[in-house]
Amino acid sequence: MATIKELSQREDRLEGGHRLCAGCGASIAVRQVMLGAGMTPVVVGCATGCLEVSTTIYPYSSWKTPFIHNAFENSAATVSGVESAFKALQRAGKIPADKEMKFVAFGGDGGTYDIGLQSLSGAMERGHDMVYVCYDNGAYMNTGIQRSSATPMGAWATTSEVGKVGQGKPMRRKDLTSIIAAHNVPYVAQGSISEWKDLTAKAEKAFAVKGPAFINVFAPCPRGWRIPYNKTVESASLAVKTAFWPLFEVEDGEWKMTTRRVTRENRLPIEEFMKPQGRFKHLFKPENAELLAKIQAEVDRNFDYVLKRCGQ
Amino acid sequence: MATQKTLAVTGNVLVAEAMRQCAPDVMGAYPITPQTTIVEEFAKFVANGRVHTEYVTVESEHSAMSACVGASAAGARVMTATSSQGLALMWEELYIAAGMRLPIVMANANRALSAPINIHCDHSDIMGARDAGWIVLFAETAQEAYDNTIMAVRIAEHPDVMLPVMTCLDGFITTHSIDRAQIMDDETVKAFVGDYKPENALLDTDNPVSHGNFAGLGGPYFEFKRAQRNAIDRSAAVIESVGAEWSKICERPFGMVEGWGMEDAELAIVAIGSTAGNARHVARELRAQGVRVGVLKVRCFRPFPFADIAEALAGCKAVAVLDRSESFGAEGGPLFLEVRSALYDRAERPAMVNYIYGLGGSDVKLELLRQVYSDLSDLADGASTPGRLVYLGAR
Repeated sequence: MATIKELSQREDRLEGGHRLCAGCGASIAVRQVMLGAGMTPVVVGCATGCLEVSTTIYPYSSWKTPFIHNAFENSAATVSGVESAFKALQRAGKIPADKEMKFVAFGGDGGTYDIGLQSLSGAMERGHDMVYVCYDNGAYMNTGIQRSSATPMGAWATTSEVGKVGQGKPMRRKDLTSIIAAHNVPYVAQGSISEWKDLTAKAEKAFAVKGPAFINVFAPCPRGWRIPYNKTVESASLAVKTAFWPLFEVEDGEWKMTTRRVTRENRLPIEEFMKPQGRFKHLFKPENAELLAKIQAEVDRNFDYVLKRCGQ
Repeated sequence: MATQKTLAVTGNVLVAEAMRQCAPDVMGAYPITPQTTIVEEFAKFVANGRVHTEYVTVESEHSAMSACVGASAAGARVMTATSSQGLALMWEELYIAAGMRLPIVMANANRALSAPINIHCDHSDIMGARDAGWIVLFAETAQEAYDNTIMAVRIAEHPDVMLPVMTCLDGFITTHSIDRAQIMDDETVKAFVGDYKPENALLDTDNPVSHGNFAGLGGPYFEFKRAQRNAIDRSAAVIESVGAEWSKICERPFGMVEGWGMEDAELAIVAIGSTAGNARHVARELRAQGVRVGVLKVRCFRPFPFADIAEALAGCKAVAVLDRSESFGAEGGPLFLEVRSALYDRAERPAMVNYIYGLGGSDVKLELLRQVYSDLSDLADGASTPGRLVYLGAR
């Protein structure tokens, strides 16, 4: 992997001046992932969502690289079309045969776990030489914090309200990373914006493989999580330390934890991740102790599953 | 030197041949009856190395059009084909393809929409998408489906237009029936369609551009829509000139509308697609008996050739508009509404009646068309008053 000095000299392809909120995890995710592409030209596709609306307000664009937004559920299909065009035009001799180009699609968890799952599955199965990056902030943030299948159990959202009988989202999260790993694509990983080195190294691998790659990036949303804008990275770090968000990769079917720091023994209790966030506030009432225990059990179950897959 | 070969083929095979000759860089392929044989034929070209096309076997029609949008924005010549539910599933992407001004060419095998499920011909699919901003050409025969496909490439990619074009052919009737048709030699088609030279291509990484930007919050969304309106208005002249150019090569006529007997017709049928042939057959019989009847076939539905239609029909006494789709709750079918509107500014207007016919592949028998002319005769004589809407041949 490139040194931090080398990385610091690479041009940011997502420029400042965009309209994402202060402390937004999505732009951090994009910058860390894009560093992994090195100096190779990259075409970026993006699903409808915060990242798209805030970076491409006509007549401006924050992207110093070719960019396409099509709709909400289809950034994978759209970028698969771009990549297909590249292959065909190279075959036709209209693009030099030795020209290198990378293709990456971004989508939030709503655009990836939910409405874009079919499009993503199709693109992965077809084997396009592209990277798909989900920036997972655990809800539909662009439309105003509605629950998605990535929303953690117990979290408040405007469509999983807290009231006399409702205590936030009752269901567990969908395990998207495993679903994509089950496509047997060459590279799948889970990263977090709090672990820049780990994430950029994963992005380097994802861009380097021939064929489809997928990275699920944990990217907090201060607005939706009800945390101060300067707590984004800390919150992401706590997700890693509590094993809510295990860091791992699947290379040609081989599962591997990419950090040894978090173990079954030393992982922090899930409260450490949840307590600072307003969306979990209701769970700390005494009457919800049982629910909190259920959430801890769910986090442990998932961590055990990942460890097992990784042979630990 | 242009050379043509006469074949006995289905419409779908000919459409696939036309696509091969136009050499798309990318094709989105997904099966749906009765379109499937187009992408199947094309798969053989791919397997035999006859095309350089990247054949993208998507997992849905929504992704077919999504991939086409990506590929077209990338700077490729792009084609696909669909039908019915597939077109309906693409609906969102149809608007995006047109709004992003991408010259995608798509064949649509006209088929009824569910429910109840039905696989046979009617025009409900395309009529549901008629306001999406696509140029829409209709074929009566396999030959026209072939010619339209080739012309569509030139029309879509014309710098004055830059809009997607849909070429419609009637499901099973035209897609699957073996018809006599002529196929042009590859070199002539290649020279006619030329090379696509995209502007603002995504793959031009030295000059990065952003596609699909946000134009709300007081942005120029409204002005972009006017630009789109201007483009489809301008496309009429391009469709005519490309048609004239192709006519000269293949020696087959092309017009936005095609009249038979319309010079002095008193009673006329307006129709789209394969039914025009049946109507002409009946019109010939009646002409032989001295009845002044005519048929007006609409070949281009978007842009709608309202001036040509008004001109052709203004002198008639009674006109029947045949709609192979419904606009439930409206005054009539989509074609009727537009044809009647086209005549509004005329001082003299014929009496008009709307027939909804052939939904879900319901047979368009000759006696039904004889009945239409007979009704028109009563209407012209004042023996009956115009009905709002008639379900022709419904049991």
